[in-house]
Amino acid sequence: MEVIDIVPPILKNNVIVVKVDQLFKWAHANSIWPLSSGLACCAIEMMSCAAARFDLSRFGYEVFRPCPRQADLLIVAGTLTWKMTPPLVRLYEEMPEPKYVIAMGSCAIGGGPFADSYSVVPGIHEVLPVDVYIPGCPPRPEALIDGMLKLREKIMHPERVEEDRKARLMEA
Amino acid sequence: MDILNMMMGQGVVSTLADQLHNLFMLLFDNAVVAGFLMKCVGIGAILGIISVAAIVFTYGERKVCAFMQVRIGPNRVGGRFGLLQPIADMLKLMSKEDIIPQGCDRVVWALGPMLLFVPTALIYAFFPFDNGVALADVNVGIFLMLAISSQAVLPFLISGYASNSKYAFIGGMRTVAQMLSYEAPMVFSLLGVVMLSGSMRMSDIVNAQSEQLWFILMQPIAFVVFVISATAETNRVPFDLVEGEAEIVAGPFAEYSGMRWALFFLAEYANLLSVSILTTVFFLGGWNGPFLPGVVWFGLKVLAMVFVFMWFRWTFPRTRIDQMLAFSWKILLPLALVNVLFTGVGIYARQWM
Ligand code: SF4
Repeated sequence: MEVIDIVPPILKNNVIVVKVDQLFKWAHANSIWPLSSGLACCAIEMMSCAAARFDLSRFGYEVFRPCPRQADLLIVAGTLTWKMTPPLVRLYEEMPEPKYVIAMGSCAIGGGPFADSYSVVPGIHEVLPVDVYIPGCPPRPEALIDGMLKLREKIMHPERVEEDRKARLMEA
Repeated sequence: MDILNMMMGQGVVSTLADQLHNLFMLLFDNAVVAGFLMKCVGIGAILGIISVAAIVFTYGERKVCAFMQVRIGPNRVGGRFGLLQPIADMLKLMSKEDIIPQGCDRVVWALGPMLLFVPTALIYAFFPFDNGVALADVNVGIFLMLAISSQAVLPFLISGYASNSKYAFIGGMRTVAQMLSYEAPMVFSLLGVVMLSGSMRMSDIVNAQSEQLWFILMQPIAFVVFVISATAETNRVPFDLVEGEAEIVAGPFAEYSGMRWALFFLAEYANLLSVSILTTVFFLGGWNGPFLPGVVWFGLKVLAMVFVFMWFRWTFPRTRIDQMLAFSWKILLPLALVNVLFTGVGIYARQWM
């Protein structure tokens, strides 16, 4: 029996019944605070994303925290070199759970124009678990917003991601 | 009509309080118990005001910021105006992982944010929200308020120290330097107000303003000095060196996550509300105003002051630490002292007129 069945019919219009898990999922999905860290040119697009024209704050995601302890999302915006990897991974490890990672731009996805370089990490999935990839060099701010909304959907409905993946595997 | 008269005569809040007191007397038939229960209700009301204010101000801050920067601000979560945004933030902070860093002084570290909330909430006891509505209208109100609010320095220092992180420690030291040096001009600017009203009781100060002019007109310099040092006391931009993110990450808060950090946040907004209330009480005539009941005037003035503080925040860039200290000791303090001198001369001259 569901909890909603216990609620007397008179109250049905005035009472919202949710699972705690769902409530927290909703909260996590609607209040993603990114860590303000930028690695290269993509970071400029990330900044303009929060400014007047694109206004990330409409979704409540504009609270860029300088400190990883209070951040939920690591946007890897730019070229990650092997030299920069240990500090970045450390920042990720300092963030409290639940935490998410967005790979923004070709560099973060697969090394971008520097894919053959000895010093550049060919895709940050080598060192961090990535939730959303945003292609582009650089991706437009709209693309970043879209990526964050994808992340939102992923947090709210984790099962859909799995279905998507299966469907794509079947196609291939 | 009857109710309207009652509201005009005595004020909504005190009428309500009287009714409640009568109810308690009926129920328990004992003046001590009823008095005790009334105090409990008062404390509950004040804590309620603080928490609601923190939630409303986080939303307000984001909307005001958006307004200043020609943006829209939160408008997706919870309907047209994004009203559920602070709720989502709060729930998220509550359900985040609680990280206790290695090597920190656990007990002191955990106590820091809680201790900070104590002086912040305690000074609300002295605020006169309406004629005769104050939890403790003591005759040394200003003195107690200043003494208690300066205790807020210590929790910053101990949480910075206990975090075992250099950024946090530097942040804690900065807080002490900043808050102590801005306490001096603040106290001296209030001295002019006390001289004019002849009392340190907060309700007397408001009453003095209804007899004379509002003190913002009689003490404009004190008003400016007070507002500037209040901004510094609450650690808000342009004086938010405590968490100057470009230099020291997040200052004393650097190691706190989730709900512990939210307590700092709560204290910051409680402070914002209390300095706005203080400005209203000392300079803007408290609950005085035509037509509307006293609490409404009080609320309107306080909200206007909150808007002014937010306006500051999104208008000025952050100062450097040496500029800030120099500004306090070399400009604000002499100004406040000169103001005290001229106020004294003025009062003396008026006696002979
Ligand atoms: S993807 Fe392009 S724009 Fe982004 S960091 Fe790499 S080179 Fe720069």
